[in-house]
Amino acid sequence: MTPSKEFLENLKQAPRHVRESMLRNGKTPDTDRERSQSTFHNFFLHLQSVRVHRHSLSFGYTFGLGLILTASFVVLTLTGILLMVYYKPGVEQAYDSVKDIHYVVPAGRFIRNIHRWSAHLMVLAVFLHMARVFYTGSYKRPREFNWLVGLGLLVLTLGLSFTGYLLPWDQLAYWAVTIGSNIANSPREVTDAIGITAWFDPGRFQKQLLLGANYVGQEALIRFYVLHVAVLPLALTALMGVHFWRVRKDGGLSRDESRPAPPARIGEREVEVFAPSKTYGLMAVVRGRTPIVGRAPEGTVPSWPNLMWAEMAALMFTIAVTLALSYFFDAPLKEMANPAIPENPAKAPWYFLGLQELVSYSAFMGGVGVPAIVLMGLGLIPYLDRDPRGVGVWFGGAAGRKTFWQSLAFGLASVLALLAFTVNLGWLRTWFPTIPQIAIILLNPATVIVALYSAWSLWVLRRTASIRLSALALFTCFLAGFVVLTAMGSIFRGPNWQFYWWPSQWPIH
Amino acid sequence: MPDSPKRRDFLGLAALWSAVAAMGTALAGVMRLPKPAVLPGPLRVFKLGDPSQFAVGSITRNEAGGFYLFREEQGFHAISSTCTHLGCVVAHNEGEGFACPCHGSRFSTDGSVVGGPAPAALPWLEIVVSPDGQLQVNAESQVPKGTRFRV
Repeated sequence: MTPSKEFLENLKQAPRHVRESMLRNGKTPDTDRERSQSTFHNFFLHLQSVRVHRHSLSFGYTFGLGLILTASFVVLTLTGILLMVYYKPGVEQAYDSVKDIHYVVPAGRFIRNIHRWSAHLMVLAVFLHMARVFYTGSYKRPREFNWLVGLGLLVLTLGLSFTGYLLPWDQLAYWAVTIGSNIANSPREVTDAIGITAWFDPGRFQKQLLLGANYVGQEALIRFYVLHVAVLPLALTALMGVHFWRVRKDGGLSRDESRPAPPARIGEREVEVFAPSKTYGLMAVVRGRTPIVGRAPEGTVPSWPNLMWAEMAALMFTIAVTLALSYFFDAPLKEMANPAIPENPAKAPWYFLGLQELVSYSAFMGGVGVPAIVLMGLGLIPYLDRDPRGVGVWFGGAAGRKTFWQSLAFGLASVLALLAFTVNLGWLRTWFPTIPQIAIILLNPATVIVALYSAWSLWVLRRTASIRLSALALFTCFLAGFVVLTAMGSIFRGPNWQFYWWPSQWPIH
Repeated sequence: MPDSPKRRDFLGLAALWSAVAAMGTALAGVMRLPKPAVLPGPLRVFKLGDPSQFAVGSITRNEAGGFYLFREEQGFHAISSTCTHLGCVVAHNEGEGFACPCHGSRFSTDGSVVGGPAPAALPWLEIVVSPDGQLQVNAESQVPKGTRFRV
């Protein structure tokens, strides 16, 4: 073959060779040997484990929430980058640029709607995912640390939502962030009450770090922008990597290991899968057995394509839901920010309205104290409840289900009773106008509800002698409280944060 | 001395901890950047014109300054309209006092808290007469409650 003929032949074959080099195997596998080849040569399986438990794919166990979260983050990243093409983070231009995106940019309104709706979906899914992991006991050994990573992801998700809220620079944004930054300032309430603000003022420090000034202005906007488009997404991506890696290394999704698993399958065939029986050193460094040796891959199916289908389904579901919502409901854009006139009522996004209800009793307790207590309590759960039983079973069985319903009833009843009391009769300052602030910081509906829930949890602990059930009681109570307070803040609070049964009863102003 | 650490171990540990110290110092230096040394913001001094243009009993809202100016028999006083709870702008209703739209704090006519979550009274602001004879409110300086300014 002459060099010129070889050159032409190679040129002709180039598309095929590119395709072959990309897929490494060059074609879809047909035999067991080729399947194993694709396993070793596949980027998808570099990220995922080779085999996945059938249980992990069961929809009623996970509801695909983790996958929905990942998918909505992908959607948010893509639409966010598109919005960055037109958005201008300056107080003079921000509002107009968002208006342009909404009314002028081709498909701009749709992209902005998708960004907004997938953000809401992500926050909703992050709460549901946490509840799923909790109620199936999936935080237990060896997954304790991944529960903490998950809490970090929850905080970052909320941080992303909050920082994104300021960027349109409309009335909604301006006043929500004014309130938010003053919540960061609220440790002042305590330092003022005990008279040490002159020497020790963490509130002012936090507020200035967040805003770069004493007011919400250009410095705050650019800081929120940097946090929203760079710092928090990078941190979230890094933590997500750790989260996924730990899911794999901790043995995949949790399941009830006491139950015998069905045999492994490939396609419709039940197969004997090669199970390593040999003991070999870990990376030729450590004596002893590798983590998976001796555990046969029973009940598993190949990740490719079974897991891939599940992941595609979650992605398609997420996209379908956000597209449908974005088509029918527009993201709001109010008048341009006006520091002289607040919105009345000035409401944060729905997932912060439970907190806003709490800060309407005490800024520090509602905005800093109670959230810190709740986060610490959530973080401690896997280290206090070390009972290995009940992993992978919803509510850990019949006793857990019973405790769940009882705690749900108690949690709902007590928070509703407390709210009814507060709305009708007021609180300490209504009865004793001159009462010192420190008394209200310590004793207000927010702290009362925390105390009631803790007491209930301790009572369950005494009655059942089970830390798991007591944790379940506490978690359920807080979930009930969160839902009721969020509904209260979103639906039943009107102008001047007064109670109304319906928004149609709001006075005209 | 059999218990003393080996020279190699000592040097290794010293190197490790000096690296940690260097990284920590560098990180602290870098993290100093976001804490502002200068707090940007508008000048919070407001000239309101000739004192005689305010009739006795008049209440004037200054939106840009975030305060209400009251002219009474005893003199002038200015009360901040920024809620001490979470920074919303309170509205003044004559005879009743101030009400915050965000979380329902209530203040009496002299700014003291009478209801809601506000932790402190609305501050009274300093009033002076500027060299050109205008009434001037220094919105960053507070004065004790009850301080009246007489022209």
